[in-house]
Amino acid sequence: MTANIKNTKDFWTGIIYMAVGGMFLLISQNYPLGSSLKMGPAYFPTLLSSLLIIIGIISLTRSFIQPGTPITAFAFRGLLLVTAAIILFGLIVRGAGLVIALPTLIILSAYASIRFRWAESLALAAGLTIFCILVFLKGLGVPLPIFGSWLTR
Amino acid sequence: MELLANLSLGFDTALTWANLLYCLIGVFLGTLIGVLPGLGPTATIAMLLPITFTLPPVSALIMLAGIYYGSQYGGSTTSILVNLPGEAASVVTTLDGYQMARRGRAGVALATAAIGSFFAGTVATLLLALFAPPLAEMALKFGAADYFSLMVLGLIAAVVLAQGSLLHAVGMVVLGLLLGLVGTDVNSGLQRFTFGIPELADGIGFVVVAMGMFGLGEIIRNLENERLRSEIVTKITSLMPTREDWKRMIMPILRGTAIGSSLGILPGSGSILGSFAAYSIEKKISKNSAEFGKGAIEGVAAPESANNAGAQTSFIPLLTLGIPSNPVMALMVGAMIIQGIQPGPAVITQQPALFWGIIVSMWIGNFFLVILNLPLIGMWVRIIMVPYRLLFPAILVFCAIGVFSLKNAEFDIYFMAIFGILGYIFTKLDCEPAPMLLAFILGPLMEEYLRRALLLSRGDPMVFLQRPISATLLGLAVLALLLACIPALYKKREEAFREES
Repeated sequence: MTANIKNTKDFWTGIIYMAVGGMFLLISQNYPLGSSLKMGPAYFPTLLSSLLIIIGIISLTRSFIQPGTPITAFAFRGLLLVTAAIILFGLIVRGAGLVIALPTLIILSAYASIRFRWAESLALAAGLTIFCILVFLKGLGVPLPIFGSWLTR
Repeated sequence: MELLANLSLGFDTALTWANLLYCLIGVFLGTLIGVLPGLGPTATIAMLLPITFTLPPVSALIMLAGIYYGSQYGGSTTSILVNLPGEAASVVTTLDGYQMARRGRAGVALATAAIGSFFAGTVATLLLALFAPPLAEMALKFGAADYFSLMVLGLIAAVVLAQGSLLHAVGMVVLGLLLGLVGTDVNSGLQRFTFGIPELADGIGFVVVAMGMFGLGEIIRNLENERLRSEIVTKITSLMPTREDWKRMIMPILRGTAIGSSLGILPGSGSILGSFAAYSIEKKISKNSAEFGKGAIEGVAAPESANNAGAQTSFIPLLTLGIPSNPVMALMVGAMIIQGIQPGPAVITQQPALFWGIIVSMWIGNFFLVILNLPLIGMWVRIIMVPYRLLFPAILVFCAIGVFSLKNAEFDIYFMAIFGILGYIFTKLDCEPAPMLLAFILGPLMEEYLRRALLLSRGDPMVFLQRPISATLLGLAVLALLLACIPALYKKREEAFREES
């Protein structure tokens, strides 16, 4: 089957649109639909998700007919490290505090670059951490701890 | 005379020391973030939005307007110096701007952009002051059905202007509308699509979506072709355009301003269409058309003026109708709502100080842009030259803390990460995120107006065709879509964008 796909971008876009549309349509069924005179909470979402599914089907069909350019290689290293760094930051920022969470975020994400260098990144982490504590905590009053509850207890 | 009275009210509001300072800081920060390669106005505003939350409404909006112009000018600087446009609108500037820089005329190109932007900004601000009040009065005649159709037109325009497949762009709009509905339904109080997560009761934050899709997504995309990225050092020698340069840039600036201002009003377009049209027209009618693409000063002057004029006049639909015409304006709506202002025709009459204050501050912002940027060009150049491997972790830090500070919740950080992944995947699939963000903001509004329109018409959907305003707007939307669908034109559109990128 994959051999017949002439446009992988159309193919996957179609799949995503159909899946998301399907999900929204399914969940909408739990809400009252109402009528056009008195629209219920499910009315507009049902309309939209059906439309999205139709667009998905058209895109999917088109992927077998109209040739297109292939999807370029994914930057998995960047994708993985950048998102992991961000999520990890969220997980530890209150517990460990900024002195640990910020350098973790900076070094982990910097590692995504193929031109990564330890010394340089450590210096960046130190500089940015001090800058952020001064600007965001002291200056703008963002309620984040410098040392988190895990350290102070 | 009324105009003068209104403008003086505006000057009274904007010309307090505090507001001048906020405007200056906004322009400075906007340029600072905007010059960073790959970060356009949308990402810049999303990142800097949280710092305005604590300010009073007038100051916050003045600062945001400053950030907007600053980031646009910063984007032009990056386009000219390193050929890396941050957003579609400044793509055209790279064509001749970068060539001028390679010929050692980077300083003149930057000065031309600043002069053109300032002139265009001044004219467009005056237009805004002249036309916004009558338009707002007209907007009072708009019924629910008309509003709904206007939003349809705006979304269709965003689709037509999006790069890549038309079908995918329509899908992105529908997806954006759906995501906009997540949260508590205003009418029934029912929580929709929240999966029982209490943090989603207020809906997904639009800043979270914007930062994820435009900030994170863009960073991941930039990490892709790191090997190809060249770091060229450009020397700025002379800023002053020669007599010949002045002569050559006057007409393009005038034409660019006219084109940009008129196209900027259209919903869904903003400054992209204007800068592109101005460049094409200039290329056709210029005496020096052979020089275009090789560093013609007209090729910088015209699109830069159009760009800035459009940025200004795209405030018209926002301030008069309350309808954002592009993602940047969508962020402005968000900011206004956070400040407790419901954008729409009532703002002019109920909060004249705010309205005129913003208009005047637009001009002041443009003025600061010139006096700040010309002397500081050396500094911006040094920032551009900071290697990307040091830059992007810093951007991530600002995104993470910025998003956290919206509601002081880690939850938003996770959601930003999810939208970062989504944004990256969608760009890989040629689905542009810009129309999605616009639809995301309009989703709940559209549902509400649809509900009201159908309620008033007793459930008859024909109301959208029976009301003259609504029918005209829908007709325009269909026309725009048809034009984009006609194969010959469609091909041209593809070519046009290929030429840009």
